[in-house]
Amino acid sequence: MTFDERLQNVAIIGAAGKMGSGISLLLAQEMARLKNRPENKDKNYKLYLIDVNLDHLAGLQQYLKSQLVKAGEKACVMLRQMYKDREDLVENQDCINQYVEDALSFIRTGTDLSIAKDSKVIFEAVLEKKDLKVDLLKKIDNLCGRDTLYLTNTSSIPINVLNKEANLNGRIIGFHFYNPPAVQKLAELISTDSTVRELKDFSMELAKRLNKKIVPSNDIAGFVGNGHFLRDGLYGLREAKKLAKDYTLPGGFYIINKISQDLLVRPMGILQLIDYVGVDVFQSISETVGGYIPGEDLKDDLLKKMYDKKVLGGQRSDGSQKDGFLKYDKNRPVGVYDIDKGEYKLFDPQGWSGEIDKKLGEYPTGFFAWRNLVADPKKNDKLKTFFQNLRSSNTLGAKLASAYLKNSKEIGEKLVKTGVAKTSEDVNNVLLNGFYHLYGPINDYI
Amino acid sequence: MSKLRKKVYLTAGYNTVSFGTGRKEFNPKKPRPGIEHYITEAGRGSIAQINDAKNIDEGVISNFMAARFCKQGNLAGFIPEIDPALEYKPSTRVEGACGSGGMALVTAMKTVLSELADTVLTIGVEVQNTVKAIYGADILAGAGHYASERKEGHAYFFPAKFSDRAGVYYQKFGYEPTRKGMALWYEQMIKNARKNPKAQEYQNSIEDLFGAGMTPPNPKAFVENLNIYDCSKVSDGASALIFASEEGLKRLGINKKDAIEVVGYGQCEANLTKQPEDPTRLLTTQKAAEKAYQMTGLGPKDIGLLEVHDCFTITGLLALEAAGFAEYGKGAALVESGKTRIDGEIPTNPGGGLIGFGHYVGGTGVRQAVDCIHELTGKANGYQVKINSNRPYAMMISMGGNDKTVTAMIFKKAE
Repeated sequence: MTFDERLQNVAIIGAAGKMGSGISLLLAQEMARLKNRPENKDKNYKLYLIDVNLDHLAGLQQYLKSQLVKAGEKACVMLRQMYKDREDLVENQDCINQYVEDALSFIRTGTDLSIAKDSKVIFEAVLEKKDLKVDLLKKIDNLCGRDTLYLTNTSSIPINVLNKEANLNGRIIGFHFYNPPAVQKLAELISTDSTVRELKDFSMELAKRLNKKIVPSNDIAGFVGNGHFLRDGLYGLREAKKLAKDYTLPGGFYIINKISQDLLVRPMGILQLIDYVGVDVFQSISETVGGYIPGEDLKDDLLKKMYDKKVLGGQRSDGSQKDGFLKYDKNRPVGVYDIDKGEYKLFDPQGWSGEIDKKLGEYPTGFFAWRNLVADPKKNDKLKTFFQNLRSSNTLGAKLASAYLKNSKEIGEKLVKTGVAKTSEDVNNVLLNGFYHLYGPINDYI
Repeated sequence: MSKLRKKVYLTAGYNTVSFGTGRKEFNPKKPRPGIEHYITEAGRGSIAQINDAKNIDEGVISNFMAARFCKQGNLAGFIPEIDPALEYKPSTRVEGACGSGGMALVTAMKTVLSELADTVLTIGVEVQNTVKAIYGADILAGAGHYASERKEGHAYFFPAKFSDRAGVYYQKFGYEPTRKGMALWYEQMIKNARKNPKAQEYQNSIEDLFGAGMTPPNPKAFVENLNIYDCSKVSDGASALIFASEEGLKRLGINKKDAIEVVGYGQCEANLTKQPEDPTRLLTTQKAAEKAYQMTGLGPKDIGLLEVHDCFTITGLLALEAAGFAEYGKGAALVESGKTRIDGEIPTNPGGGLIGFGHYVGGTGVRQAVDCIHELTGKANGYQVKINSNRPYAMMISMGGNDKTVTAMIFKKAE
């Protein structure tokens, strides 16, 4: 079966989730493009979007519609070419409307797995729980033909475990998108010794069509992306606890988030990133990966405490950030959680947080915020100068940041050493493309 | 061609800010003022410079596509909204695509010449940020021939029309010198705009303007031969001024030192259903300029201030050639020589032009005339040109569509 034939009938399980909805959008776009090729005019395309919650599915349809409009607006030069033989489509608006209509026309939503029985490609993007994934994969494989291929968006569970327990005989591969899938350029590809050739080829072609950069990862829990993120995040939490002696725990959170954003020149601080991913998701990654790598302590009691208090971060359906370790106003951190009191302590530049800022010290010369460097063609030179100054600075902030950078580098190097990543470049590529970092963790800055 | 039968003056010029991307206060997600806001701001800005609104006899308002951008027609009805004294006075709306403003000037001038009015409040307006640029492109495409051009046309219809012209021009006169001339045009216009607080690019902080202007085009996302810096922006804004006879100036209480005089004009309309005879030339612009020269007995050597319709950088170069300031194929060389700079021999678009000031389409021709008033009467502040006494005349060219609807006007300081 060719790639294009397979893409005539696709299903996504867990389609209404954060990752599933992005994957649904990407697939709908690619299928709409294929469908509009003259040679495919009479072919029947189907994209089944399956989720447990009907309300979420309704939200998904709204999301897809609005995102398809945006995609159509962006790609209008191409759309006019695509519809050049349609005499009735004259204005840009006509072409964009038709494009959205075309894409939505082959989408079917439902809660019942059986609607996907004829699908030749199935994406799995349900919660990061092994037993749930195995159960669903088993069920759907009993409905589908033996030639159906599975792509799982798992970010931490070894693929060979899913393959074996769901009895898929190599018809499953890890195709790990980054959040949000429609925007992030990166996808980690995880195959096992038994992954069938056709699925590997299909995945490479799919990445090309979806304009994703593939970084291969070996089949070790957490893979490269979460392998780094998990350890980087846990380091941050542990450092916060050490700082708590002098600055209280909320003060420690404040410091760690601030230095990991500002002085590491990252798009967001580590606690904001954990909130963005979801405290519960981060905890689940920690437990999953921890379960497969027994020699390493990959858990932290703070995560459980947050989970018990139901302070979980994550995003609302409109994309706004929910409170987690930090409190947010218009997606910007404005306070920090006090676990003992069960309430937020608002930043106070004239008071407690201003005092901490003073103790962290002046930022080394050459400092630029991430947003000011992201589009700067001379960013590498500027980062080099800044990190040189950071290393030679004796302020509390600089020392903490230097140690953070060093730890991040060690995590990256360990991922290569333990065979999770094939090369240092792969590790750096994941952080550059999947986390929007301006530099890879394995660098000469530290 | 006959001379004007009597003296006609322009005075009391006012431009609103050209609003849109580039202005720091612009946020596409926040509500913005509607078209009536711009009309009244500009109209009241002009009236504030005269003694009493009751001395205005008529109104003319130019606009291109408010019916689509703002779902608003019948724009003449906004003239009485400017001031109660204008209620029940005659008002006329004119439309000639991007050349609407030039058409308003001619209409107001003819009204004064007809002696049916001594003073005519003249306003040009467009509000475009009501839709995203990709839909705005559909609306602006109405300046071409919908039936024969739109289906085959590009998503970005007008940029593509001038991109096609640029492509042929590159072939004939070389890519490198032309591209360099276009990038220098961009640099000059942005530098001018940075002196003009009402310009859309006033706050532009790009360090390497020439480098930005040299950015290679990206045909996948945009058009073949132009980059985004080659294009004027999507703008909201309005301009206003008053046309008056000698008697009219007196009635308005305006001293002649605050007025300029129309020396002559040329107005041309080309067949909208035909493609340009020669894409490397703006032949209608050329004809309109020639008519203006013929009426006044003047030529490019007499012009000390030039306002051209640079909807795209390439159009700026072509306009310099069409109006006789550069030989055919030498537009880029003229820009490179520095003569078109604000301190050059022929200061061109000192307020930033369409590239730097902005292009509120149906109002741009009026904006050009307002800038001529400000420059010739010494009121242009930061972007004031030193008018060479050997070249005391200002010329403006307003162009609509793909060089279809053109008005050229020559002014001098009133005596």
